[in-house]
Amino acid sequence: MQRIGVFICWCGSNIAATVDVEKVAEVIKSEPGVVYSVNYQYMCSENGQQLIKNAIKEHNLTGIVVGACSPRMHEATFRKAAESVGLNPYMVEIANIREHCSWIHKDMAEATEKAIILVRTAIAKVKLNAPLTAGESPVVKRALVIGGGIAGIQAALDIADAGFEVDIVEKNATIGGRMAQLDKTFPTLDCSACILTPKMVDCAQHEKIDILSYSEIEDVKGFVGNFSVKIRRKARYVDETKCTGCKICMEKCPSKKGLNDFNMNLNTRPAIHIPFAQAIPNVAVIDPAQCIKLKTGKCGICQKFCGVGAIDYEQKDTFIERQYGAIVVATGFKPISLDAFNEYGYTENKDVITSLELERLMNAAGPSNGVLVRPSDGQHPKVITFIQCVGSRDTSGCGKPYCSKICCMYTAKHAMLIREKYPDTEVHVFYIDVRTPGKNYDEFFRRAVEQYGVDYIKGMVGKVYNENGKLMVQGSNLIDNEQVTIESDLVVLAAAIEPEPSVRKVATLLTASIDTNNFLTESHAKLRPVESPTAGVYLAGVCQGPKDIPETVSQASACAAKVIGLLVKDKLKTNPCVATPDEMMCNGCSQCANVCAYGAITYVDKEFRLGGGKTEVRRVASVNPAVCQGCGACTVTCPSGAMDLKGFSSKQIMSEVEAICKM
Amino acid sequence: MRDVELKMKERASELLKSGEVARVIGWKKGEFYHDPQPASFESVEELNAFVYNGFCGANLSKYLIQMSKKEGKTAIFLKPCDSYSFNQLVKEHRIVRENIHVIAIECQGKLDIEKIKAKGFDFVTEVEENGDEIAVASLYGNGAVQKDEVLLGKCETCKGKVHQVKDEEIILHEMQAGKKNRFEEVEKLEAMTEDERFAFWREQLQKCIRCNACRNVCPACSCLKCVFDNPASGIAAKANDDKFEEQLFHIIRAFHVSGRCTDCGECSRVCPQNIPLHLLNRKFIKDIDGLYGEYQAGETAEGKTPLTSYTEGDAEPNDVVNGEVR
Amino acid sequence: MQNVTEKKEFTPNIVAFCCNWCSYAGADLAGSSRLSYPANVKIIRVPCSCRVNPSFILKAYQQGADGVILCGCHPGDCHYVTGNYYTRRRMSLLFSFLNYMGIEKERTRVEWVSAAEGARFSAVMNDFVQKITELGENKRLTDLRVKEGE
Repeated sequence: MQRIGVFICWCGSNIAATVDVEKVAEVIKSEPGVVYSVNYQYMCSENGQQLIKNAIKEHNLTGIVVGACSPRMHEATFRKAAESVGLNPYMVEIANIREHCSWIHKDMAEATEKAIILVRTAIAKVKLNAPLTAGESPVVKRALVIGGGIAGIQAALDIADAGFEVDIVEKNATIGGRMAQLDKTFPTLDCSACILTPKMVDCAQHEKIDILSYSEIEDVKGFVGNFSVKIRRKARYVDETKCTGCKICMEKCPSKKGLNDFNMNLNTRPAIHIPFAQAIPNVAVIDPAQCIKLKTGKCGICQKFCGVGAIDYEQKDTFIERQYGAIVVATGFKPISLDAFNEYGYTENKDVITSLELERLMNAAGPSNGVLVRPSDGQHPKVITFIQCVGSRDTSGCGKPYCSKICCMYTAKHAMLIREKYPDTEVHVFYIDVRTPGKNYDEFFRRAVEQYGVDYIKGMVGKVYNENGKLMVQGSNLIDNEQVTIESDLVVLAAAIEPEPSVRKVATLLTASIDTNNFLTESHAKLRPVESPTAGVYLAGVCQGPKDIPETVSQASACAAKVIGLLVKDKLKTNPCVATPDEMMCNGCSQCANVCAYGAITYVDKEFRLGGGKTEVRRVASVNPAVCQGCGACTVTCPSGAMDLKGFSSKQIMSEVEAICKM
Repeated sequence: MRDVELKMKERASELLKSGEVARVIGWKKGEFYHDPQPASFESVEELNAFVYNGFCGANLSKYLIQMSKKEGKTAIFLKPCDSYSFNQLVKEHRIVRENIHVIAIECQGKLDIEKIKAKGFDFVTEVEENGDEIAVASLYGNGAVQKDEVLLGKCETCKGKVHQVKDEEIILHEMQAGKKNRFEEVEKLEAMTEDERFAFWREQLQKCIRCNACRNVCPACSCLKCVFDNPASGIAAKANDDKFEEQLFHIIRAFHVSGRCTDCGECSRVCPQNIPLHLLNRKFIKDIDGLYGEYQAGETAEGKTPLTSYTEGDAEPNDVVNGEVR
Repeated sequence: MQNVTEKKEFTPNIVAFCCNWCSYAGADLAGSSRLSYPANVKIIRVPCSCRVNPSFILKAYQQGADGVILCGCHPGDCHYVTGNYYTRRRMSLLFSFLNYMGIEKERTRVEWVSAAEGARFSAVMNDFVQKITELGENKRLTDLRVKEGE
């Protein structure tokens, strides 16, 4: 015999002002199966929970209904309370009489009537509830970090320092990411390489960290605590274990005309190369599109000169499969393509460059050895004009609707560095707004204006055109309300940034949500900002949204904390509200597996007794409760209704429908 | 058809004699000439009762669910339209393909005894197809009728004369495909007003006596145990005190077989109340074709059905019902 | 004598199936933003719109509901990745089919409401209730096979 207890919460006046809670509790007393019904000011309070606990014990309740706020708010609270006195937590149902009733209705009679129906509906459901027990699944004590930029490096170091194994999978030949390309960093102007490369070395030397460079994620199976990831190790045609990084091959390689992507294609590099001096791993890689030997079969010079025999033209992509408990996505960003921005003349004029190209031109290890020169003629530019928000905050459809967040600060940095190194240079900056929220950021920007005399012009640029070798920048000055044309030697575009395009594939493999701008979605913007909605997947750096280095590093460390919190557990509790097939009903028709997004359903041949000593082997569905997420897609697909969902069974939902309709 | 029947019998006999198969599924003589019954033949002697004539409309594929589990191989005679059901059953793992020997047989369209009766021939003793004409012999005299006028409803809109699966074939004459557009009747209903459609269906469904003949004959209704007999589904009448199942049976059944129904037309053929049940299934087929691209269940024995797949750009339900997508 | 059987104004009974992650949260947001909609809308929480079996909808009608609305995450945003894509196909076919049987096409509806769209949830419900009120009582689906005269 069912013994249901009903607890109606006032939520102070939040519910009680619109719903006659006393009446609800009173009317519900006469519902079949209800043996106890009460109302109280704050059910979620310590006293309220005690009231529930006492009632469960005193009245031997077999199930309870709490008429209160949304189950998304306090379902867990009331379940815990029930569990503490021995009632299975899944014998608790919530009637949402606040968000779905008292808060949206004004008329007391109407709201009270609705509250009664909602409570009755919850009673109808709880009568069909069954005690459920959360399963357990083991945790693999190893983390995967996808992306070896500063975000991935920081996350990996923090996780490894806590004592867990970490693999960094980096698609390029070296870790370091975008930060390795930068010259100085704001707001302190310390050298990027000086702060990044020691961390790269730390990674390489850390006994718990395994760097899988020149590798990509191919396939992901499994679930939180137990992911199985297939990794493609791309052929670099150089044996990583043998190469000493001596660079003789780079000197001898006859094919030296490849564009140097690390230097933003501003100069060239040999077919066999190490991306930059401090690369980790310090191992060469051959660009197969450029290598004469790989293209024509004739050459082989690097192999001849390699003292350790590391060159292997026969190398093929290989695959490894590893298990992980948690995954950090840190795939980073790239500047957007400027093909759609003809007005700035980027494609026609060599001296219209992006900010990232400027970083390379100003870097001592860059193509001009740190001397700022015009790409067209190698001359020192006398007038430099910066244009901000190129493709950011752009609702025209050409660019991105969001603010790229880092451009105001790096433009101020560039302007300041140029004025400091070349005081004879005139620097103008066109801006829509200057956004500098951040510790010491506004001070930094003001220094650019006040101490370094950078000319900031509020207004947008309409056109950049070449007139007799000069770049004419035509824009508006909104403060002086006039059109201006600045004759410039170099134009620098602060191009918007966008997530590295490969993140889409990664998101698909991980079943992680992604927004229309290709940024990965966090589980909750404020309260769970580093977690993906997919359990066990965490987000660090620009893949989640535009951010600068300090923010990226903070987020990466936050990810690491979450990962460590997961990996220290030996076992995880799984959601018990999963699909289960009734084997006596199952046809083994495979329809359910076709709609399962998680691959939780497999089929087994099972022997069944037919009676009379006979048996029959039948193919039946089998659900892995650790993998099933409990969506219920399979339950509707199943033609015989053999598949049902615990906690949301067909009969439960049907009886809720009945309770609502029978007024 | 006589020559085809002889050839089939001969082949069945060979297969049984050689022990290649343990049984052959075909049709045996019924009480009358016009009602041959599906049957399993396990010996050459039993084959004496074997028939194959213009009234062998029954789709035999569903019998394989039980038969293919038995010891030894089972041979089955399949008409082109039955081969679709066969594939669909293989796809759903309801029959064991390796245990079956499929003999594709000729079909020139099957006949509706009621239509022949209406032409004035009662107690038919034999029919012989002669191109577009049918020679009918009956206790009350012989004569000829136009084939088009006496075909089973399902054969008027025959899906085609190509077997989707076969291990061997017995086809002695060229087969003619159906002439009518199978969506014609559906379109007629769609063109009606809501009120007219409701009146039509209420009129039709009122006749239903819930005998389950449609469910029992349907090769898509292949469940070990039907959802209507599953107390956990919440729709089984036995577990309910209301008339839900009774009232909405046909909607639920049509939805259950959508994307899986091969349009074999058996439901309408066997309905004792002559409810045009195929028009329910065909609406789903027509909508699926229109919304998600042409799909014929049973064309292959692999792959997903339209309801277990999707595309990101699928039509919105509200737009579909408002006629904004067709 | 006074006419005691004065016709009461028709207030439809409406069942709303809401997925736990988006639409139920959207309804919560409508509540916490105090965006009202008629009290005759009652929400049933399901994990995902793809949990809603057509038979639940038919059951609601047979039990006297005048309108049924199914809400889920926007296509592409499903918490369970692909759940609502299946919902979309199932409901497209079901709605079209019900209309083919002569059931008023306005009675059943699918709306995608995200957890952030409290205002939209309220607007959708207000609109749906108004449409169903105009449409009147659900008589047809309560019994397609009613044998008594009208």
